[in-house]
Amino acid sequence: MAKKTFSFYPGCSSQSKASSSNYLTSTHSMCKLLDIELKEIPDWNCCGASIGYAEGGELPRITLSARNLALSEKNNPGMDVVATCAACWLSTREAKERLDHSTQMKADANEALKEAGLAYEGKQNARHMAEVLVEDFGFDELKKGVKNPLQGIKFAGYVGCQTNRPFGIAGESFENPMYLDRLVEAMGGEAVTYDQKVTCCGGALAFSEPEKSQKQIKDIIESAYDHGAEMIVTPCPLCQANVEIYQGEVNKRYGTKFNIPVTYYSQLITVAYGGTAKEAALDGQIIRATRLEEIAKK
Amino acid sequence: MSENYRNNFLREVEDKVEEGHWVKMCMQCGVCAGSCPFGPHWAHPPQEIFMMIRAGKREEVLTSDSMWMCTSCYQCIVRCPRKLPITHIMHGLANYAYRLGLSPKKQPTQQFASMFWNNLAQAGRVNELKLSLGMYFKDGFSQGIKNAMAMQSVGLGMVKAKRLNPMELFAPHGVKDKSGFHAMLKKAREIEDRRKNLA
Repeated sequence: MAKKTFSFYPGCSSQSKASSSNYLTSTHSMCKLLDIELKEIPDWNCCGASIGYAEGGELPRITLSARNLALSEKNNPGMDVVATCAACWLSTREAKERLDHSTQMKADANEALKEAGLAYEGKQNARHMAEVLVEDFGFDELKKGVKNPLQGIKFAGYVGCQTNRPFGIAGESFENPMYLDRLVEAMGGEAVTYDQKVTCCGGALAFSEPEKSQKQIKDIIESAYDHGAEMIVTPCPLCQANVEIYQGEVNKRYGTKFNIPVTYYSQLITVAYGGTAKEAALDGQIIRATRLEEIAKK
Repeated sequence: MSENYRNNFLREVEDKVEEGHWVKMCMQCGVCAGSCPFGPHWAHPPQEIFMMIRAGKREEVLTSDSMWMCTSCYQCIVRCPRKLPITHIMHGLANYAYRLGLSPKKQPTQQFASMFWNNLAQAGRVNELKLSLGMYFKDGFSQGIKNAMAMQSVGLGMVKAKRLNPMELFAPHGVKDKSGFHAMLKKAREIEDRRKNLA
């Protein structure tokens, strides 16, 4: 397959020593193995995430994404924008829809962008990395590059909310999307069927409403265990963080003994394609994914 | 000449709240209420909020903490038979109530949301360390120490995995063009306030 090039929006949580820095490291390794070139949008800013609305309001929030898109149009012309973070992708795509469907919104955003010497035209699509894998490669193609199949590992594919709703991957159901399971299977692993695949982890409210969010997290992990999963895999950095780092808190609250690794699809692909544990950023797990470490190239 | 019979609060919501023009389209089926992950914690689920707006219950809606229970999971949006952008309407109502000073005091998600925005507006990118510490210390110093101690193992695990950097307090991530970024946000706020008559 020919080399693919994208305008890349990594997002705040993936920065060096931030909460999903292991997502970024493994994404770079995965892209190298898949011959994908990522051209970072220069000087990108935060998307506002799903919690920026309260103080930010509508136009300032949409202008944040308009700035990223304008920077991308200017510096990385002719490419699709690709984000790895669910919230980054959602905010960008949502902003693009509003800007492209309302001449007033677009004019207002451009009036604000002028202050930063930028202009938004609406030339590029905003896509999630999972879309690139599913749509531009496909499972059969992805299967071809597997060197170290993830044989014998049972995964709970945790799709969560914002990679799945309201946009999701074209052709997938919101209630039971299958692409993550198929991706797991393409890498030689086993995807368990369980009922909490698209349950909300509490999102940003894991901070502000810990008790209510930890109930969500408990339901997700409990179901993963009950259906035989040894590991959870997700495409979302907030799902990953919430479901991994609060397991100790959930154990205290509910008397459970949860200790299940929560990984990214980019780590699975990196390992299956013959990458090392370091390339897959498995050292970034708080709960070690030992089964993946065993399979990873030494 | 046509008369206008709709109540004032519905018109106010349509004019000033993000996606507020959709409120009239709710058919009261309750699928949003049943689909919400925090549903049991909402004093008034979205379906009820929509009916209350149409009944002109301005104060009860805007002072409610219901909208602040939205986790932005978008379940209600994809299930709504009439395709109302419910998540955005809830965000819009929360923002409007907050701008009017009517949202409940010390509502934790409202406090966190303000902190989050101010954090990103400062440097252009989120500083996760300052954000977490801000949340722990929002109710004063001694409560902050207690909160930080309670979450110590989580924090240390993150530092050990190189996913939280204590130096972020001193050398934070951020955009380079700060002046352009700040001027842009200021202008966007000005335009929004002018359009919605909020200034």
